[in-house]
Amino acid sequence: MTFFLQLVVTGFAQGMVYALIAIGFVIILKCSDVFNIAQGHFVMIGGYLGYTFLVPLGLPIWAAFLLAIAVAIVMGLLIERLMLRPLVGQPVLAVVMMTIALATVLAGLATLLWGAEYKAYHGLLPSITAKVGSISIPSESVIGLIMSVICVVILMLFFRYTKIGLAMRATAEDLQVVQSVGIKATTVYAVSWIIACVVGIIGGILLGGVSGANMELADIGLKAFAVVLLGGLDSIGGAIVAGIILGMLENVAAGYLDPLLPGGGLAQVFPFIVMIIVLIFKPNGLFGMSRIERV
Amino acid sequence: MGLRTGTFQENYAQDMAIFRSSLHWEMLLALLILLFICPLIFSDRILTIMTMMGIVVVSVHGLNILTGYCGQISIGHAGFMAVGGYTSAILCAKLGFPFWVALPCGGLAAGIAGLIFGLPSLKIKGFYLIMATIAAQFIIMWIIIQLRSITGGTDGLSVPTPMLGSIALSSKTNYFYLVMIFACLATITAHNIVRTRAGRAFIAIRDNDLAAEVMGVSLWSYKLQAFFIGCVYAGVAGSLLVHYIRFASTDQFPFMDSVWYLGMLIVGGMGSTTGAIFGVVALKLLDELVTIVGPILAAAVAPQTAASLALMSHGLVIIIFLIFEPRGLHHRWEIIKAYFRLWPFSHEVSD
Repeated sequence: MTFFLQLVVTGFAQGMVYALIAIGFVIILKCSDVFNIAQGHFVMIGGYLGYTFLVPLGLPIWAAFLLAIAVAIVMGLLIERLMLRPLVGQPVLAVVMMTIALATVLAGLATLLWGAEYKAYHGLLPSITAKVGSISIPSESVIGLIMSVICVVILMLFFRYTKIGLAMRATAEDLQVVQSVGIKATTVYAVSWIIACVVGIIGGILLGGVSGANMELADIGLKAFAVVLLGGLDSIGGAIVAGIILGMLENVAAGYLDPLLPGGGLAQVFPFIVMIIVLIFKPNGLFGMSRIERV
Repeated sequence: MGLRTGTFQENYAQDMAIFRSSLHWEMLLALLILLFICPLIFSDRILTIMTMMGIVVVSVHGLNILTGYCGQISIGHAGFMAVGGYTSAILCAKLGFPFWVALPCGGLAAGIAGLIFGLPSLKIKGFYLIMATIAAQFIIMWIIIQLRSITGGTDGLSVPTPMLGSIALSSKTNYFYLVMIFACLATITAHNIVRTRAGRAFIAIRDNDLAAEVMGVSLWSYKLQAFFIGCVYAGVAGSLLVHYIRFASTDQFPFMDSVWYLGMLIVGGMGSTTGAIFGVVALKLLDELVTIVGPILAAAVAPQTAASLALMSHGLVIIIFLIFEPRGLHHRWEIIKAYFRLWPFSHEVSD
């Protein structure tokens, strides 16, 4: 039982990382219909930025966060203006390849600036620990949970009640209609990329404060797509629920099945197996809307 | 699609022919002769680069049929190459099959794997299909590692020297000829497949699958056919690669290769046989440039610039092409050809 609980708790932590990446992904998808493969790389960059601001520069925490948000806004604007705007109206492959290319450029930048090394900055951020029975929940999952719940609440209010939020949802639905009623689609796209960058980078700093900044966060980004698919592509709440489910399932499955398999490594491939199953049996995920296609 | 003024086509067969004038035939012959005297001129290093290009050309032709013509995007092509490569490696190393039997078996095995992972394409498309093929890549690699008793798992598998009859394909020159023959065959068949009934069905599915289905094109059959053909190409390329290196390991088929095969299509021009070749040559040359420039930069600026450049180079080139020339090098090539065909006039009566 303790083994099971331990697996669940570790899985929970993993799931929160998935959820953080998945939220940023869903925001961009909801607003601009762009599938952003580079979302995991935003989190990675966030982790490294946190390191730079807190350790070599020695800034106080609030200043580090403000600076990081400023960097995220500039980054979002640049990406949208330089890379994605020329591709408006292009087929899905062009857009996906653009975000993959963006991902490799970000990975290259991280290598150039931080040498692709593991950078630790433990203990600088306040740590929160909680206990369930005899098992302590690691700080990263608590922070991740708080962070994603805050994100979801803010974003849900934003999408439901603010003018720009409504414009963003409308843009995702039908670009032509939106343009004909006088909403500036370019502004909507810019705002959605800024939000995704900010969410990714803040998440990256928080995660980096617990487990250090490293390049692996980018690889997790790929696995996070299973979360997005399971939760439903256009559901922010679904991203969190699915993140937790998948993180736990992955850890439990790996914990019990890995000893039985000769090669092991089930955790690496588990999200992809879930992905195929979801795609075949329920392509809209748990909470996604099904779309009717008309010619 | 023009010819010099004064060249007339008198029937449908002439109009549809690939090589439509004696000049075309002469240029083809010159190109083939140039290609096959390469081993006499170039060093082993350049031959190795060209052999790798030939292998990737075979694979990318398959991806071009699947993605460029049929519109079914696959980011798992390296995974299907691995299926073909490992199948023929196992047949040769463990069961003692001759090379020329194992190679088509590898292609067939990859084709069957393609059929299996192509099944989701019947229900999903666009981004969902991209995710399904990414999943295919990782699942295939995981299965290969799991089947340690057959595939050698993470340790890899040694493959004996490929033999054709009594000729051992051990030297770089021998293998260069083999790969170039396969690359030429792949180019010819790829170019002809898209001119058949199936090829026209692929294009109809790519342009609008619902409209294609209404016209009577069976999506079920043709999507799976596209997956099968595309993956057979990948399997043949995979076995060529494994027999060339004479070792099979999962590191030879990384996920990023799957991505860059698509990148090659974008750089070269989607849905064009010449475009696929242009794309492969361009990105492989870029790789070589990076391996030359990288150490210089690392010495001059900072040690991590080499690794960073290697990571970024493909991405940057693809970004530039997507923004400035989404139709790829193939389109530029057509413009250049049109310029010389029309010279000294600058305009063509549009057809």
